[in-house]
Amino acid sequence: MLSDDINVINIANNWKKNGKKVALATVIQTWGSAPRAVGSKLVIDQDGNFEGSVSGGCVEGSVINEAMELFDGGRSKVLEFGVSNEMAWEVGLACGGTIKVYISELN
Amino acid sequence: MQKSNLDKIIENQKLRKSVICLTNIDTDEETILLKGESSKIEDLDQEIAQCVRYDSSKLVNVNGNNYFIDVYNPPLKLIIIGAVHIAQYLVDFAQNLSFDCKLIDPREGFANKERFPNTEIYNNWPDEVMESMGIDNRTAIVTLTHDPKIDDVALDFVLKKDCFYIGSLGSKKTHAARIERMSAKFSNEDIQKIHGPIGIDIGARSPSEIALSIISEIILSLRK
Repeated sequence: MLSDDINVINIANNWKKNGKKVALATVIQTWGSAPRAVGSKLVIDQDGNFEGSVSGGCVEGSVINEAMELFDGGRSKVLEFGVSNEMAWEVGLACGGTIKVYISELN
Repeated sequence: MQKSNLDKIIENQKLRKSVICLTNIDTDEETILLKGESSKIEDLDQEIAQCVRYDSSKLVNVNGNNYFIDVYNPPLKLIIIGAVHIAQYLVDFAQNLSFDCKLIDPREGFANKERFPNTEIYNNWPDEVMESMGIDNRTAIVTLTHDPKIDDVALDFVLKKDCFYIGSLGSKKTHAARIERMSAKFSNEDIQKIHGPIGIDIGARSPSEIALSIISEIILSLRK
């Protein structure tokens, strides 16, 4: 846990206290040159506000969409992102790494 | 994550205690452990101890279960002795890096709320207040007055402590004189813990650039 991610935890706490639905996404595994270390966090609220990061901005959009599904009654899950393929319009990491992200709702 | 577990993490951060959130990512079951507390899962405690030691989180597979060990070590702390011009920039850099900053200078003209609006200020001699600051292996100490009357008092105190970084401002000549004064009281091994002249060499000239070189050296000591 790096210090930047402590701020994310505190923001998650504040949003939850203010009555928002809050999801927390954490990098749990990386291969190759991943932009953020294991333990890095992204917090998302029901309105799509977010703080922190799980990559260099490459996959956050997709993680935010997954958070919205969680708020609609989905369950925690592990997301995997690999190398992007621009031709296929896939979400991915330009750096060539692969990451696994665990996302769960704060409740 | 359960809100009650998030509360426990934040509470222990405030108490400066290492806390671990162990999640079985297949079942979403969470356990909060304090440093040294057993998970009661075979083969897992050693992995947890390693994660705490190296300030890193890790996914492990034990008996077919996937556990995510998420480590929350206490916040980093920076104690600055000397509320000089460099300190104003150093506090800014350090606070952006989420260090808790404490500033010690008995001279109220230097250490005051006008010059340091968002910093914990102690208008004391270092030996009067440092004992109460809980210096530990997540703490860095920087002396900036280059006045032996103030800096040496702080160094005498911290050289006996388990902090991860000690740095003292001053030229090579100033530092050589410091080493000579210290060698009457401390072993060579202890004295070598002091980074002096302080900071990594980036050719810094202005107070803000010197502050950047100091904070860079602190991060280098922490991570390498």
